[in-house]
Amino acid sequence: MEMKCSSWILILLVCNLTVSTISAFRLSRSQPTERISGSAGDVLEDDPVGRLKVFVYELPSKYNKKILQKDPRCLTHMFAAEIYMQRFLLSSPVRTLNPEEADWFYVPVYTTCDLTPNGLPLPFKSPRMMRSAIQLIASNWPYWNRTEGADHFFVVPHDFGACFHYQEEKAIGRGILTLLQRATLVQTFGQRNHVCLKEGSITVPPYAPPQKMQSHLIPEKTPRSIFVYFRGLFYDVGNDPEGGYYARGARAAVWENFKDNPLFDISTEHPTTYYEDMQRAIFCLCPLGWAPWSPRLVEAVIFGCIPVIIADDIVLPFADAIPWEDIGVFVDEKDVPYLDTILTSIPPEVILRKQRLLANPSMKQAMLFPQPAQPGDAFHQVLNGLARKLPHERNVYLRPGEKLLNWTAGPVADLKPW
Amino acid sequence: MALHRSVVRDADKERDEVEKTGRRRKRSTKLEMKLSALHQSYLNRRNNSFRSPSSLESSVDGSGKSLVAVFWLVLHCLCCLISLVLGFRFSRLVFFFLFSTSSTNLYSAPFRPDLPLKHLDVRAIGRNLDPSPVIGGNATVSTRSSRVVVGRHGIRIRPWPHPNPAEVMRAHRIIERVQKEQKTVFGTKSSKTVIAVTPTYVRTFQALHLTGVMHSLMLAPYDLVWIVVEAGGATNETSSIIAKSGLRTIHVGVNQRMPNTWEDRSKLEVFMRLEALRVVREEKLEGVVMFADDSNMHSMELFDEIQNVKWFGSVSVGILAHSGNAEEMVMSMERREEKEEEEMERSSLPVQGPACNATDELVGWHVFNTLPYAGKSAVYIDDVAAVLPQKLEWSGFVLNARLLWEEGESKPEWVKDFGLLLMNENREGVVESPLSLLSDVSMVEPLGSCGRQVLLWWLRVEARADSKFPPGWIMDPPLEITVGAKRTPWPDVPPEPPTKNKDQMQQLSKGKTGVVIPKQQQQQQQQSGKVRKPKRRSKRNKHEPKPTDTTTQVSFSSSKHQERN
Repeated sequence: MEMKCSSWILILLVCNLTVSTISAFRLSRSQPTERISGSAGDVLEDDPVGRLKVFVYELPSKYNKKILQKDPRCLTHMFAAEIYMQRFLLSSPVRTLNPEEADWFYVPVYTTCDLTPNGLPLPFKSPRMMRSAIQLIASNWPYWNRTEGADHFFVVPHDFGACFHYQEEKAIGRGILTLLQRATLVQTFGQRNHVCLKEGSITVPPYAPPQKMQSHLIPEKTPRSIFVYFRGLFYDVGNDPEGGYYARGARAAVWENFKDNPLFDISTEHPTTYYEDMQRAIFCLCPLGWAPWSPRLVEAVIFGCIPVIIADDIVLPFADAIPWEDIGVFVDEKDVPYLDTILTSIPPEVILRKQRLLANPSMKQAMLFPQPAQPGDAFHQVLNGLARKLPHERNVYLRPGEKLLNWTAGPVADLKPW
Repeated sequence: MALHRSVVRDADKERDEVEKTGRRRKRSTKLEMKLSALHQSYLNRRNNSFRSPSSLESSVDGSGKSLVAVFWLVLHCLCCLISLVLGFRFSRLVFFFLFSTSSTNLYSAPFRPDLPLKHLDVRAIGRNLDPSPVIGGNATVSTRSSRVVVGRHGIRIRPWPHPNPAEVMRAHRIIERVQKEQKTVFGTKSSKTVIAVTPTYVRTFQALHLTGVMHSLMLAPYDLVWIVVEAGGATNETSSIIAKSGLRTIHVGVNQRMPNTWEDRSKLEVFMRLEALRVVREEKLEGVVMFADDSNMHSMELFDEIQNVKWFGSVSVGILAHSGNAEEMVMSMERREEKEEEEMERSSLPVQGPACNATDELVGWHVFNTLPYAGKSAVYIDDVAAVLPQKLEWSGFVLNARLLWEEGESKPEWVKDFGLLLMNENREGVVESPLSLLSDVSMVEPLGSCGRQVLLWWLRVEARADSKFPPGWIMDPPLEITVGAKRTPWPDVPPEPPTKNKDQMQQLSKGKTGVVIPKQQQQQQQQSGKVRKPKRRSKRNKHEPKPTDTTTQVSFSSSKHQERN
């Protein structure tokens, strides 16, 4: 009797083990793909609806709509995530009109929409804009003072996030805006042990126009014949003519070492077939520029090209949900001269596995900001990330009268009203 | 004072510029024009520790030290000019070399140790500046210093930045593996064996044609069975050619000699093809049967396309019926253009293949228009007229080998039994084209995007009936004809009689008219003292007897005759 019971239990255990260790091969449409499980588990397809409630503040239009009207280019540049996030939340089922039941509060302020004639955003007024917005919500609603922003989240997609500067030294010098010290930041920047990456931030990919990329798809059976592909600057001649500053010298090293290597299709040209070429390449370089993140990562994932990330200590988007180590190749900046050795010594089975992971449609969906929103896209991953931080800890709620933030800290110029 | 004011004004301007343009950093050479502005912004941007600026600042502020200020201004102007000339920041280099102590550390990574004067190599000299202090406003964050330092880094270049051949080979193997995977995932699932049927016989052009077909079949990336049917019995000549292919071959002999007219030849070819199909039926070969006539040219896409056939398919064949027409060659350009226009009006595309309607359904066949060639086509195999194809060439059809198998296998109802067909084949004209195998012709599948792609070309070209060729194209015993060298005179051999002249005259007459030769003789007779350009010609003529008119004429006409052939 006992033997029978224990043998049944044993059989059950063995079955469980085998089922859980086999990674399921799911044939979706045409290519076999592999499941993606990061440290947070298989969460790419989680549905955030019902798991959290978000209240969107109604700010005067000078913080969002009027800025957008002044310059509609903000809708297509790589920082457009802040605009689309607001649009998504306004019509999403997670939105609640009752702030008492909200778990998270969203402040829609477009800080990255002050563009130069070239299209690059100027961050000089952003701290003042942010501060003014926070003062507004602190005075009109009690929810800011309740937690001093610990259950609020902001989208700050600029180069160095909430440090609000494009130059790294100046950004480090400024640090994260003091008023945002307790809030959750949704940003594109991510680098470990860096001032401008707050613990608990959610890293998102930069905005890449989904329709544009979809319109350049080529048949999947086109053989991949380019080994390594890269198009972009190696030396930023306008700002760093001698090199060494831009990209910490890594892009220049790539050029100097591999410019005459036939395996490396690298140049500074702007071909019209950029997206098509990426689909014909096996590896796509994603080196850092002035900031470590780059839209090339998004493009590489969409087009099935294995990203080669050359940026020390970078934190990639949704790093807890997506196992980037299994999908991309990480190369230290000091190993750039040996990039060809590194890439050619990767066993073909590993390369094929990475391609299968990249082919997973949920992976591609998670990198995009489509309009209207689709299940599994980057908006939903942000909400998933916010949901994973719930329930809020005890120290989020302050005792009445307790003040942790210093409202007068920071450079004097930032304190001017906006 | 004036100096100070201008400096301040410039500093203001600079600040405005920075704010206005945002991202643009100032060019270094411009900065050096201003004294304190230079050093101030320098410090702010670089965060480094230069010893010199501190002393300069104090000198500027002091009013009594205007001489020193002027000296420094002059020095900086000089540096600026040198930088403009050289193209990099010369003063920075000077300061580096003058004021650097052991505290500034060079990168120990392998760099090119080149001279600093070349612009490119300045970058190679890197300095690791003091990492900017990581300011942690929040106690929980960044008390650890990042291992990534901010500031100028060197550009690492390995000592021999060129591709390593072993790595290139590995990369190519990776690419091949990836493409193979792509093919298995996105390409055709399973590849069927291709059964190629080729009727042939021993003649001069056999080696030419058969080698062409052999190479196409060897390149096809599919399993292949090559059935070669030979008229006149299976000979060693043919088997030695096809053995070089390395393919699986079935050599069948038919004991009839190939006749001399195109009409009879095509009839015998039909018989030979049926024999090959009998072999397929008896051996129960599986796959796709295609008819690879030995003088046709096949494209690689043909083999990819016929994999898609289910039972019976048809492809478009390009018909090249225009073999060398002697009359046309002597025609003038205008006549030729007229003829082309005539042909264009009748719009006869030289293609035989399936015809489809708008919904890509088979409605009929395009057939080669033989009307323009009525009466002018070749009858005998070595005629110099256009060789016309049959009404429907066999090479344009492919079929699933299972159609030929015996009764009882899963065949569609619209297919006649091949065994019955074979029994009736002795009667003339029963089997003209493979369509005779079908009772319902509309079930044929059009391949190559409904016949829009021409996947193979039909051509018939043969040598003269009396042409000889060495068996196996090996000359044994070796030739015994000696040909004398034309340029070097052989001193001990007496000058040859007219044969040598004939060769030379042909050489001369190739590009020129016959008039030149008599003119030459006249010149010779005139014995002009001038050394003409073709000195060798006159020299040669001295050695030979004068050629007579008759010989030149004979040689000229013979050359003309040879060119035609």
